[in-house]
Amino acid sequence: MKIEYEHLNVILQKFKANPYKIFKVNTIHTGYIREFLVKEGDEVKGPSGKWLEKPGTPLFVLEREKNLKTIRAHINGWVQNLRTDLLGRFVEAEETILEIKHPLSQQEIISEILLSALYLVKAPETAKYVLSPGLAAKIEKEGLHKVRIKKGDELLIMTFMKRETPILFKEDGVFLIYNIYFKPFQLVEREQPLIGLCPEEQLPYLEKIVSRIKEEWPI
Amino acid sequence: MQIELYKTLKNLLETATYIRDIKGEDFFGINSLINKISEVYDNFYQYEPSYLEDFVKKTKEQLDILLEQGEKTLTPYEIVKITRHPQRFTLQDILENVYDSYMELGGEGEINIDPAIVCAKAMLVRKVGDEIFFHQVMVIGHEKGHGEEFREGGSAKPWGNEKALRYMKMAETEGIPIHFFIFTPGAYPIEDYPGAAQQIAKNLYYMAKLRVPTISFISEGGSGGAEAIGLADMRLMAEKGYYSVISPEGAAAIEAKISDGRPPRELVEKCAKALKLTAKDNLKFGNIDRIVPEPLLGARRKDYEFFKRLKIELIRATDEVILQTRSIKFLRKYAASKQETENFKYYVNWDLDEDEIEILIENRYKKYRKMTQWAIHENKTLFKSFFDLGHNLSVKFKNEINYKILKQGQKTFKKFLNELTSESTLLLKPVSDPIKTVYNLIVGKKTGPKLLTPSLQDDDIPTYISPLGLEDKTITCPQAEKYGCPDLWVPDLYGEFCGVCPNCGYHFPLEYKWYLNNIFDRNSIRTFNDEIASTNPLEFEGYAEKLKAARKKTGLNSGLISFEAKIGGISLIAIMLIAEFRQGTVGVAEGEKFIRAIELAKLTRRPFLALVHTTGGIRIHEGTLGVVQMPRCTMAVKDYVDEGGLYIVVYDNNSYAGPVASFLGAAPYQFALKSTRLGFAGPRVIRETTGQDVPPDYHSAENALKRGHIQGIWDRRELRKKLFTALLTMGGKNLYYRW
Repeated sequence: MKIEYEHLNVILQKFKANPYKIFKVNTIHTGYIREFLVKEGDEVKGPSGKWLEKPGTPLFVLEREKNLKTIRAHINGWVQNLRTDLLGRFVEAEETILEIKHPLSQQEIISEILLSALYLVKAPETAKYVLSPGLAAKIEKEGLHKVRIKKGDELLIMTFMKRETPILFKEDGVFLIYNIYFKPFQLVEREQPLIGLCPEEQLPYLEKIVSRIKEEWPI
Repeated sequence: MQIELYKTLKNLLETATYIRDIKGEDFFGINSLINKISEVYDNFYQYEPSYLEDFVKKTKEQLDILLEQGEKTLTPYEIVKITRHPQRFTLQDILENVYDSYMELGGEGEINIDPAIVCAKAMLVRKVGDEIFFHQVMVIGHEKGHGEEFREGGSAKPWGNEKALRYMKMAETEGIPIHFFIFTPGAYPIEDYPGAAQQIAKNLYYMAKLRVPTISFISEGGSGGAEAIGLADMRLMAEKGYYSVISPEGAAAIEAKISDGRPPRELVEKCAKALKLTAKDNLKFGNIDRIVPEPLLGARRKDYEFFKRLKIELIRATDEVILQTRSIKFLRKYAASKQETENFKYYVNWDLDEDEIEILIENRYKKYRKMTQWAIHENKTLFKSFFDLGHNLSVKFKNEINYKILKQGQKTFKKFLNELTSESTLLLKPVSDPIKTVYNLIVGKKTGPKLLTPSLQDDDIPTYISPLGLEDKTITCPQAEKYGCPDLWVPDLYGEFCGVCPNCGYHFPLEYKWYLNNIFDRNSIRTFNDEIASTNPLEFEGYAEKLKAARKKTGLNSGLISFEAKIGGISLIAIMLIAEFRQGTVGVAEGEKFIRAIELAKLTRRPFLALVHTTGGIRIHEGTLGVVQMPRCTMAVKDYVDEGGLYIVVYDNNSYAGPVASFLGAAPYQFALKSTRLGFAGPRVIRETTGQDVPPDYHSAENALKRGHIQGIWDRRELRKKLFTALLTMGGKNLYYRW
């Protein structure tokens, strides 16, 4: 299990050339487009506030059965490819009305890179997870990026309907715990990442990439 | 001599700064005077003593004139500023200067359960001729402090009010009077356990029948926070104090519909005037009993004459309350006479016996029952008044006979029979059986007590179509994004679904008539006291028009309807606070209607239901006349519950502030429909007071349940069924259908 340097470089170059992600805004159901509330190139904002309690920028109004529904932005960015030709017309469900060009933040790029680079331990079932007590104590004592894991070590405990199943590490070699993606005792969907591991000898390289991103991209 | 002059100069500088803070910088060139005093004060030792003496004398004369001028032109908003000024006396100053010794309880300074509330056991010495008498009292009050941040300006947190309640109970155990001191801009609006509103309601509920004399003294009486320790047998108020439903800034923000930022200064001053919050106004309205005079522009920390006066007033007030429970009229009159010196002419023993305690509680109820009566407007014809009087008397007579004489007799006799026929008296069965047979023959019952077997018949409910459901369209559930709810067809939503999203259970608001038509049995509703109308007792500008518009919109005279109704055959008395009428806010009319309704429920031994369609709190346009509805109504609740009544409150939509912090929150059984928002203050007030935003679900019914405010969350579709079960399963034996 090794980090593919070339692949990472390609991803990095891709981000550098185009540090944006395009989010399509589709109609949630059929209906008539009654009004556009933004123009091409307008800046829009996703939900904000500590609890995301403030809704995003209103984008357009979709009407079905006399029900006027304001569709709002879910992410920050700029409006592009606005389909003004659809104004007043009937549209099918899942029709793309506009796109939001979202500038990727430093954190988003790092997390994309890490997801491609790290060895991910994924949730085998939709269940609640907790770190094995020994591992949790080690992390608390030594901190992330320092705790070693090898084949046969107990990583996690999966709890589901009061049954507890230990999850053991099965790969050869020595890995370091790089990232933890879940919160203890919170439900995690199947196939979602739980822990990100990095081969011990490749840690300096990965840290170099992360610090490079931190230098090159604005916050 | 020099030091004395230096001290006097310092005091003069403080006085001049104080005058500027209260009256503003443009007041008779006060700024230049302050500069002059500062200059002399800073370079004190460079001046000749004779010059200094002369300067001090002249400045003092000048300041005296300014104080007099300032007093003459004192506005209500300036009074508010006086109460908030750091030089104003606080409870700590009162404890030091009025009481002869004291011991703080529940913590001192920052190490405290809540530094905004100070509780202390204190000693008062009364001199009568050469004799000295000691009185023990419990002192409970807000401590604003002189600039200490941790005091939160005297805003008590829920645990602070709980601390106050605990020491009230301690005073009750020891049988000593309580002196309450109110120095609060309002309660600290957080919903931590058990919630600001719930704790105030608990305090009011307990204070209603506190078995010791209570005196309260108001300097800064900010609405609910003040009421938490304000229900007293005698209410004194500082001459330069204020007692109000809301701070003038808060009222201005509401009037100007400002959700963020500060309202304009002119509007704040206008609101301070319109709220009629001064001591004189409150005395005129009958909300307080007496004003304690203060020096010009208000008493400050070093006004020792004022503290002397306050001590006399506190002793006199406690004497009066105690003497009112005794039949020594001449002494009562003597006590009421003006007592100007510290040397008292009489001694009153502050210990009460059981009979006197009963009279004390009765007097307290009567006192509050009388309050704001003058502001009630009843649109009744003379004939209707006579008819109602006759009707009420006959109901009273009938129930007295029925429940107190006949049924009480039957109950006692039955108890006696049961004892006779119990296991231990099995041998006497041959004797008791003939007696029982004779009794049954006379009373007309051949078997045991008749069991009430009411049942819910769906035919009892009329088919009511909500006007909201008449549109042919669909609507989106506000929680659709979270739970993926499909669009709802309006006639279905407001018809079959009772305004509830079938997917996530979100409750859409409905008009008040829906409840009246869907909860109670067909044709069982009979409203009463409809003619009691909301008026404009403070002559608040623009309020009369607002009332007129509300009347036109709803066809109602006030925001509360009281009615008799049946659920599954069980007759009950109910009230409903209506959102459509000024957001269900409570004023004089609403308070009076509530009390009359619960008194009727007590008299006729019926369960009492309060349906809260929405309540926005106490109506600010009626000022303190609205605020006193909190203790008034809570006392009626306490009286009813103590008599064995069943009081149930059901909240829907939004319920906040005063009513929740008193007569609604005092209910032993409170339930909320799903999607209800329940609490003390809304997010804007919390943000302004605490400087922090609250999560969107802060006021949710789920959180209210978690902190123990409510006993359950109901679904509107099952409201009728739930209420029916509640009526059958809860409540004391005094309910008519428990016989």
